[in-house]
Formats: sequence, structure tokens, C-alpha cells
Amino acid sequence: MESKHVHQQIAAMRQSFFDEEVLDEFFSQLEQLEDQNNPNFVEEVFTMYFRDSTTLLETVEQAMKTISITLAKLDKILHQLKGSSASVGAKKVLNEINKTRQVLEKGNLEGTKAGIWEMRKEYESLKAKLEPYFQV
Amino acid sequence: MNSSSGKSYMSTASSSVLWKAGGDVVADQFPAGLRVLVVDDDPTCLMILEKMLKACQYNVTKCNRAETALSMLRENRNGFDIVISDVHMPDMDGFKLLEHIGLEMDLPVIMMSADDGKNVVMKGVTHGACDYLIKPVRIEALKNIWQHVVRKRKNEWKDFEQSGSVEEGDRQPKQSEDADYSSSANEGNWKSSKRRKDDEDENDERDDTSTLKKPRVVWSVELHQQFVAAVNQLGIEKAVPKKILELMNVPGLTRENVASHLQKYRLYLRRLSGVSQHPSNLNNSFMNPQDATFGPLDLQALAATGQLPAQSLATLQAAGLGRSTAKSGIPMPLIDQRNIFSFENPKLRFGEAQQQHVNNNKQMNLLHGIPTTMEPKQLAGLHHTAQSVGNMNMPVLSHGSQSSQNNPLLMQMAQPQARGQMLNDSTVSLAPRLLSPRGQSMLSNGMATNVSTRNGVPENIRAPSYNPVSQTSSMLNFPMNHTSELPGNSFPLVSTPGISSLAPKVAFQEDVNSEVKGSVGFMPSYDIFNDLNQHKPQNWELQNVGMMFNSSQHSNSLQGNHDHTQSILVQQGFLSGQNRNSTVISKPMFLAGDSTGHVNAQNSNQHLNSLLDNTVRVKSERVADAAPANLYPDHFGQEDLMSALLKQVGSFFSLYDTDGDIILLILTSKFPIFLQQDIIAPAENNDFDFDGYSIDNIPV
Repeated sequence: MESKHVHQQIAAMRQSFFDEEVLDEFFSQLEQLEDQNNPNFVEEVFTMYFRDSTTLLETVEQAMKTISITLAKLDKILHQLKGSSASVGAKKVLNEINKTRQVLEKGNLEGTKAGIWEMRKEYESLKAKLEPYFQV
Repeated sequence: MNSSSGKSYMSTASSSVLWKAGGDVVADQFPAGLRVLVVDDDPTCLMILEKMLKACQYNVTKCNRAETALSMLRENRNGFDIVISDVHMPDMDGFKLLEHIGLEMDLPVIMMSADDGKNVVMKGVTHGACDYLIKPVRIEALKNIWQHVVRKRKNEWKDFEQSGSVEEGDRQPKQSEDADYSSSANEGNWKSSKRRKDDEDENDERDDTSTLKKPRVVWSVELHQQFVAAVNQLGIEKAVPKKILELMNVPGLTRENVASHLQKYRLYLRRLSGVSQHPSNLNNSFMNPQDATFGPLDLQALAATGQLPAQSLATLQAAGLGRSTAKSGIPMPLIDQRNIFSFENPKLRFGEAQQQHVNNNKQMNLLHGIPTTMEPKQLAGLHHTAQSVGNMNMPVLSHGSQSSQNNPLLMQMAQPQARGQMLNDSTVSLAPRLLSPRGQSMLSNGMATNVSTRNGVPENIRAPSYNPVSQTSSMLNFPMNHTSELPGNSFPLVSTPGISSLAPKVAFQEDVNSEVKGSVGFMPSYDIFNDLNQHKPQNWELQNVGMMFNSSQHSNSLQGNHDHTQSILVQQGFLSGQNRNSTVISKPMFLAGDSTGHVNAQNSNQHLNSLLDNTVRVKSERVADAAPANLYPDHFGQEDLMSALLKQVGSFFSLYDTDGDIILLILTSKFPIFLQQDIIAPAENNDFDFDGYSIDNIPV
């Protein structure tokens, strides 16, 4: 009973991720990679992802604060974030990143800042959503 | 098909114990156990990739720094089969790593990145990457990476065969590609190292079977430095494998080793310098060090050929480029690259480019300036391209072009094409690398088909035009092997009339001649041709015509190989008129020299004729130095190129189809026959009087 309920909960949460497009098919792919030998693979991946991206985001924030910010550098970081997010299937985050990158290319610093902020928001929400999911 | 073909030839070659043994064994488990090295600075991706690769049953090693990866590779040269690397890395640029690996270890490398911009992907190709994956990487994409390993091995094997055979009697030029080719012992040496792919240790046993086995040469840093020093001392233009070998004075190092390494090196250099010149031309890069298999000869040849009318090359390239663009239709991605062959052989493209153009220009004079003389090594490289080129050259080109056309006759002729194509690939200096636009496909395809025929035929064919070629006979053989090098790079078979580019190659050939061994494995994969073919599968028949030269033997390739032959023939001009399918086919008549009165029908013509029993008449036209008679009025650009090319060449045989379009132009005399797609027919030849011989006779 108890477990069933929990399973249902998990399933519901998972479904909501896809519905809201927080995660995409790559997430499913990750799930497929999970198996007996590696039951917590997805969780591990996401842990690593969060860890890395947190660092990256910090760097971004720092960069934004500095007076002389090099767009190239920022772009590089964003590119890295993009790669990671894409791999884990973090769709919304990925979208935000792409948007931000586009704005950045145009050279719109303010827009970039806004974009980064949006991205961060998505990222945080993703984190928040997945944490309970994993705990279950 | 790579795997199957690879395996097939392995089995055919008795000597290739390695291969065979390995092949059989490998076949069983392959691609499981493939040893992959993954390099990426992003740990998340690294982890995911590792997991995915393990799920594919590969043997995975991961590292997050390029330096680490390089040292790992150096320590254990044969420890990996394929490398997957990220593009953006903090300590070293992914492309740089790619080059290093190609130069030093010659392993297939796959690039990946979240960046899917065309420029980046193009860069990957030009630097010689086998493939380019976009992140996020799907597991399905990883499931297929073993094909690159097989392909490479196949090419190398061929290459090995080629170079070995020429010089060493025991080595039979035949490329394993074709069943006809019986792989000689040589295979063991080179191939073994490569083949080992899955069964790491099984191959080792095989080495003993082949007599010629040459232990795989590991180009260590010191060795490479010695090599570079020797090259610099001689001067890049004059750097001949023989001399380099002498200068280096390393015991146990053979000329072939040096030749192939030189080839790679040249590609590498070309890439460095060429990239700046032509963004498009830089196909060279594709040659990637990996492709370098062409062997040192190519480099030389290239250098030599480079002397070819630089302008002609330029024009060719331009033409090629122009064409390729025009073609737009050309599926071959490489096509553009072909033109790019900024490498010495920009011209190589011609064959290929032409094909592409074919849509546009009927002119595609298949004459690919394929420098038949291309050194065998080059040939190998060429085959790749050449093969795509429509194997025409195949006999000569043994490079993969064989696939379709291998007709030895065509080969001769085709060679130019193939060469051209190969030339495109990358400087491969003629090497038949005919990187078929398909790039990768070429090699695998072409090789098998043409190879067999080529050997036999080339002799015949060679006669006519190949006077110069004969020297290079080795050239013909090339490519099959070389093509392997072409990692999928879809050798942009120099779509541009790159013939000129071939010319340079031709130069090599002379040296290479020995190398070239008959095994000219044309890479049927000539994508270029294929492209053309695609347009007009019918046109291919023309190719068959080319094949006709091959004394029918090869012809089979023509017909069968639509793709291949097409490529070869394509070059012949099918490209241009591809539409002509119907007409073309029957027409591929080779005009015997006397028709126009030009050209000294060099003996070759006669030979050709004889070879050709088919009505195809080979028209040997002496390409007046001055008169680049454009066979196709449409192809202006090509004409120029042709003329330029012709000037170099002196005389050529041109195959005209009924429409009067030059299908195949074989340049003889000084330079190995170039297959130029847009054969520039001497002005006087404008009146093509082809006897509408249908290729029926051709025993395709």
C-alpha cells in the first residue's frame, strides 16, 4: 500500500515533468540507462549536473557583476551549461539558456542579464522539483 | 558494409591472417568490446556517455582532459579503437587534439559538441573527424560508431596493400576490398594494428602468416620530430619518402611508413595553411591526418603537382567551387569541400566537383585530372575519393573508386577522376582518396569493387593513356587503400575541375608507381559520383564506358556500381550531362585518339581500343597545351581548368558521349591521367564524333 502510493506519487511527479516540459526525452534515455547494476544512475547524473551547473551559474553571476565582462567568456560558460542541460534532458533550462545565448550574441547585456536570471529561475525550479522526486 | 566488406576482404586475403583471424573473431563479437576513449571536460556528459557506451557493450575509458587523453593514447597506441572528444575543452582545443591523434596514431575520432553551427561541424570535417555528434548525444548515435573503425581499417588495409605491393613483390596490390584481390601478406602489418579493433589479441597471431607483415610503426614524438626535421631539410616540395627515409636513418622503418606518414603530414600542413585560403577548399582538412594514409608519396606528388599550374588549380578550384555551389543539388556534402582542396590538389576535386556540377553542367568531363600517377599512396587516399569518383580511375586508382567502375580502363581514366576526388579529399595528393563525397562510404564501397578489376585492367588501360601513368601505375592502386583514410570525410572529390589538382598528384605517381599496385581499389563510394549517379543512374552507363577501358573486366564495375562507376564516369562528364543517362550510357565511347587527329593517340588509345572492344572509342586527344578545348561549352570554368590541366598533361584521352560531351578525359603524358570532370577538350576536338557505341559490349 504504502509503496504503491509512493510509486504512484513518483509516477505522477514524473509525468508532470514531461507535461510541463521541464524534462524531455533525454531524461527518458537516462532512465533507460539505469539498470540493476546502477539503480541510482539518474540520480547520480543529476547530482553531478546540479553540482556543476551551480558552479557555472556562480561564475556567470560573478562575470555579470564585473565591469569588464567578456562576452566570449560568458558565451563559453553558457555553452557548457547548454551541453550539460541538454544531456540530462533539462528542457526548460535548456531553452532559457538558448534564449540567453541568442540575446548575448546580439550584444545586449541587459537582455543577457535578464535571460540569465530566467535561466536561473528555471534551474532552481528544476532542482526543487527533482529533489523530492529522487527522495521518493 | 564496412564491417562486412572489411571482413570479407580479410578472409580473401590469405595473408591477412590477422585480419582474417581477427575478422572472424571480430565478426562474432563486433562491435562489442570496441575500445573507446572519451574525452570531455564536462563530468556530467562524461558520465552519461560512459554509461551509454557501456550499454552498447563497448569498452570505455574516460578522461576529462585532452592532455591526459593524449598521453594515454601515446602510452598505449593500440589500446584504443576510436576516440570521442568534445570540441570545447579548457586545456586544449578539441580540433587540435583531433589533429594530434590523427597524425600520431591515426585513429578514428568523433567530435561532439552542443554547438551545431555549420562552421564548427565543417571544421570538424576538415580536421579529419570521422563524425560529428551534437549534444545531447543519443544512444542510437553511439551504437553506430564502430562503422568508423571498420572503415578506417579497411582503408588502411587497402592502403597497406597498395603501397606494399608496389614495392614489395610479395605484396599484392589487390585490395582486399574486392574479392578478387587477394590480400597479400602485407595486410598483416598495417592492418593488423588497425584491425585489431575488437579482438585485441587475436590479431597478433595473425601477423605471422603474412610474409610481408610489417610491424606497425608507431610514430612516437621523437620519430615524428626526426621525420619533420628530415622533411624540412629536404624541403617540403622535395620531400620524397625515399630521401626522408634515408635522412631519418631509422632501422626498421620502411618507405611506406614514411610515405603514409608524409601524406598525413601534408594534409596536416595543408590544413594549417589551406584553411585560410579557401574556406571551402579546405577539404584538405578532411584529409585529416587520418586520411593521411596516402602516404608520403602523395605529399610529394602534391608538392610536385602543386607546381601544376597553380593558376589552373585555382581556376579549377574556383570552378569547382563555383560548380559545387551551383550544384547545390549535390548531395555530397563534400563537394564543397572538394573544391576546397586547397591542398595541393585542389584540382582533385574536379572529378568530384564535377559530378556535382553535373547537374549543372553536363560538362562534367569526367576527366578528372586524376593524376594517375598518383602515388600509390595517394591512390589509396584517392581511392576514397576516387572511388567515389566513379571508379573510373579505378584501375589506376585502385582507390576505392573501384566500386563501380573499376574498369581498369576507367581507371585510367577514372583515376583521374578518382584522383580528383581524392585530391579533394585532402591534399592527398592525388591519392585516389577520392573522397567520395560520401566520404566514408566511398572507401568502403569502392574498394571492394574496383580493386579487383583494377589490377588486371589497369595494365591495359594504362597503356593508352597512362604513359605517364604507367609510372605511377602504382597510383592506380592507390587509393583503395588510401581511401580508407578518408574518414568519411567525404572527400570532396574535387568537384571542381580540379583536374589541375590532379596534375600535381600525378607527379607523385611517378614515384609511387610502385606503390600503386594494381590494387587500385576504387572506392566505389565515390560519393561524388554517386551524387551524380543519383541524378542519373543512367548516366552511369557511361561510366561503364569508362570501364570499357578496363577491358570489360572492370566494366562490371560500371554497371554494377552505378554508384561507383558513376562516380568515375561521372567524372567523365556524366556529371554534366547526367541527365543524359540514356545517351550517356551508350556513349561513353572512348574516342580513340585519331578521331580528332589530335593527340597522339598514344599507344594508350590503341590499347584502349583494344581493351575496349566495345565500340567505345577512345579518343585520345592531345590536349594541346594551349587549347583547352572545352568539350563542353558550358563548362567554361572547367575548360580553363582543363586547359591548364592539359597543358600540364600534354595529351589526353577523352571519352565522349554521344552528345559530344566529354565524358572522360584521360590525360596522359607528363601527368598521370587526370580525370577531369570537365575535361577540357582541345578546341579542335570540338567536333566530337562519337560513334554512338553503346556500352552494350562492355561487359559490365
